Amino acid sequence: MASIQLDKIGKSFGAVDTIREIDLAIDDGEFVCLLGPSGCGKTTTLRMIAGLEQPSRGSIRIGGRDVTCAQPKDRNIGMVFQDYALYPHMTIADNIAYPLKVRGVAEATRHEKAREIAEVLHIGQLLDRLPAQISGGQQQRTSLARALVHPAAAFLFDEPLSNLDARMRVEARAFLHHLQRSRGMTAVYVTHDQAEAMALSTRIAVMCAGDIVQYAPPLEIYRRPATTFVAGFVGDPPMNLVAAQATRNGHDVALRGAGLQMAPIVSWPALDLALERSDRVTVGVRPEHLRITAGDVATNRLHGKLFANEAMGPESLVTLDLDGGVRVTARIFGDASLRIESDAAFAFDADRFTLFDAQGVRIPGAAEDPSN
Amino acid sequence: MSSRGAKVSSRTGVAFMTPAALLIGLFVVFPFFWIIAVSFSNRSLLGANALHPQFVGLKNYLDLFDPATFWGQGGFGPSLWLTIQFVVFSALCGQVLLGLVLAWISRELSPRAKSLLHGIVMLAWILPDVVVGFAWFAYLDRDAGTLNQLLRGLNFPAADFLIEHPFLTICMFNAWRGAAFSMMLFDAALQSIPPSYLETADVVGASSWQKLRDIVLPLIRGHIVTDLILITMWTFNVFTPFLLTAGGPSFESDILPIYTYRIAFKSFEFGKGAAIGVIVMLINLAFSLAYLRLAQRGLRKKGKAA
Amino acid sequence: MNRRKLVSRIVFSVCAALLGVAFALPLIWFVFAPFNAQADLDLALPKPPTLANFARVFANGAAVGALLNSLLQAFGTVLLVATTATLAAYALARTTLRGKRVIEYVLLLFSSVVSGSAAMVPIFLIVNALGLIDTQLAVILVFAGGLLPTAMFILRDFIASIPRGYEESALVAGASQWRAFVDVVVPVLRPGVTIAAVWAFVQVWGGFLIPFVLLRSEQRMPASVEIYSFYSQAGTPIVPLLAAYSVLYSLPVIALYWYVNRKYGFRFFGGIKS
Ligand SMILES: Nc1ncnc2c1ncn2[C@@H]1O[C@H](COP(=O)(O)OP(=O)(O)O)[C@@H](O)[C@H]1O
Ligand SMILES: [Mg+2]
Repeated sequence: MASIQLDKIGKSFGAVDTIREIDLAIDDGEFVCLLGPSGCGKTTTLRMIAGLEQPSRGSIRIGGRDVTCAQPKDRNIGMVFQDYALYPHMTIADNIAYPLKVRGVAEATRHEKAREIAEVLHIGQLLDRLPAQISGGQQQRTSLARALVHPAAAFLFDEPLSNLDARMRVEARAFLHHLQRSRGMTAVYVTHDQAEAMALSTRIAVMCAGDIVQYAPPLEIYRRPATTFVAGFVGDPPMNLVAAQATRNGHDVALRGAGLQMAPIVSWPALDLALERSDRVTVGVRPEHLRITAGDVATNRLHGKLFANEAMGPESLVTLDLDGGVRVTARIFGDASLRIESDAAFAFDADRFTLFDAQGVRIPGAAEDPSN
Repeated sequence: MSSRGAKVSSRTGVAFMTPAALLIGLFVVFPFFWIIAVSFSNRSLLGANALHPQFVGLKNYLDLFDPATFWGQGGFGPSLWLTIQFVVFSALCGQVLLGLVLAWISRELSPRAKSLLHGIVMLAWILPDVVVGFAWFAYLDRDAGTLNQLLRGLNFPAADFLIEHPFLTICMFNAWRGAAFSMMLFDAALQSIPPSYLETADVVGASSWQKLRDIVLPLIRGHIVTDLILITMWTFNVFTPFLLTAGGPSFESDILPIYTYRIAFKSFEFGKGAAIGVIVMLINLAFSLAYLRLAQRGLRKKGKAA
Repeated sequence: MNRRKLVSRIVFSVCAALLGVAFALPLIWFVFAPFNAQADLDLALPKPPTLANFARVFANGAAVGALLNSLLQAFGTVLLVATTATLAAYALARTTLRGKRVIEYVLLLFSSVVSGSAAMVPIFLIVNALGLIDTQLAVILVFAGGLLPTAMFILRDFIASIPRGYEESALVAGASQWRAFVDVVVPVLRPGVTIAAVWAFVQVWGGFLIPFVLLRSEQRMPASVEIYSFYSQAGTPIVPLLAAYSVLYSLPVIALYWYVNRKYGFRFFGGIKS
């Protein structure tokens, strides 16, 4: 196992800067997810680590060794592809054993090793079949076995679960989690599914348009999203974001927006700094921090017309169209008997919201260390 | 669409290309340029002009188009005119129409009957040139050939087709020989039409002819144009009729490829033969440019739709 | 409605039958004559059917020799075309080679513009200059050059349809580029190579003009030229022999087409069989 460092990595295709400048330090034994919407450059980043794509700028080290210009075969990595890339003309056993074959391991030994890892992944009974003769989930595990059969320095995954159906995806996710934590392998994992990233990672690197916008442990990202982009991407449903205007009144700041009503808050240095630049802010509230309120009793509230009320079993997702046209969703435990198009309001507690400045960057809270 | 990944390095690419490039360069590209050069010379097989051919400028071309001999017996003019007729009758009317009819008819047949019909038509297409040449030689024999036996049986007068109607014969022959390509192309095109389109027409009570005219033909227009261009180009260059009539009798089936062969390898006037070759290649160039443009337009359209 | 359907069914069937007969007519003679020891150009049931004609073909040294020449030329060309076209097609499909598009475009143009009959003169002169007139090698080389562009396009399309992930996962697994090509691309490409090889084989096997122009001596002629000289020159052709010989000579082509059609289905690979 080894650490991975990306140092000022950039990639341009022609005149387009697909990756602008990425710094990423992955410790030995970490499970790092590259999370972001489609087209933001996750796969490109992963392929540069694998050596399948040559970076235009910067350098890459694996286990301390500079591999920026090394061939893929000289990087000692295991990789699982989105479409599995199993060789259709080889049996499952030969597929799994291929990394050993190219390293000149004798046939008996490599089939023994392939069998061992196949047993771990519960595909031991399929070794003589061809890839076309096994199910999607089994193919996924075969490609995992092929990556794991050789003790690589690091393992790379490009959306390995996205071709599975929903139930198998959750199952495979837990399995991967268990495997990585128990073996302590270094893994880089690309996904656009924030739930997968939350469940698997020790740290998540959230990417947006060729940049890493936040690199932190999952709960940190969830609790303190660095930007409105991260806030709107992580969580299901994601954080509600409502534009507001700040008015100072001595130490107090009043926040007002269409459909938003809040009690004045006591300012702190970081907020002061932000408001000096602009009085426009964004208020973010997680859906689970909203509750249905009646009348005008709550001081911090969002009000509008009920758009949808979806009962999911243990919870309900209630969506309002705010007066300003923004749509917000609350996650209500138990069910809410509300009629479509009727007036409704959500309340939230004074310590349960996040503020972002006019550029969409989070304003650190009063109690936080501002260096965070 | 991005072309990403697993890039073979340019040096490997060059190494991989080299053997093919040598062969193509030597036997496709080089002939192309040499033929142009030779067409400006008085090169011949034997004699002084074989070793030291002289530059004669446009003489070969001027000779070809010399008004005094252009329309003469065995001249360039009649051959060109004959070739145009040959393309129009045997390719455009013959192969394309036959192919369309065959594809349309076989849609209504049972799978067995369809594969039998296709098998017979394909056989005419895949058999080697000399075998079909011999088959037609036997088929058309004045006294015993199958066709004349049949005609006599039906109380028609027998004829020596190769002598009496050489042009008609090579037209029939070429239509018969090549219809399979159009048939298969149109068959594929017809299969790409969603059945629901035709069923909708069935529901409103359209006849078979109306379906063909109003729905099918507009939908497979692209295939038809592709077919027309390819078939025209191939027929324009086909040498096989040589095996039936050798261009005769008295040049009545002297289409351009045979004419070229005769000038170059019977009279050994390489310069003049090359000049004809250049003209033929220019005509081919026009067709293939048209085809490429069309193919690219088709691709772009497909890309947009996807 | 139903009535009309029935009528149209009958009309279609009759048309199909007539067309089928029309297409079969020129070949029907071939069903009987080879098995008739006294065959002439007329359509006659052989009585009794016999394989004597085939035996006579096999006893004829020139005929067998010509078939062997055909085999040699076809196999030689197929080998050359299959290897060089696979390599070149891989380069076309997978490299970052600059000007790749231009190469493709020019190739496509040249291969369709330079037709056999137009290029006969310069090809003859080049082969003459190389001192290869009247050699089997010349026939193989010239055929290979002519067939390569199309074979390359067929294979390029096949390679383009192979997911790059196959090679990439081999590279990541520790294989060199050449190794990934040999271990993964070549086996996956086998249907494509088969189709291109069959096509090339059939072209050479049936090819008439190129050996006709490039070869002189009887003992190097392939079956195509041999058959032609049998029925075009030698006064009265020995019909029974020729019929049996033609059938023998056609069998490989029919068998190969049948095989490809059954195994891969008939598709259009860049205007195959030009
Ligand atoms: N070989 C390439 N040539 C040109 N553009 C590319 C290439 N590879 C990727 N891109 C572009 O780079 C961007 C990022 O791609 P990718 O890394 O695949 O994103 P993700 O995996 O996050 O969906 C996309 O806009 C894609 O079109
Ligand atoms: Mg991706």
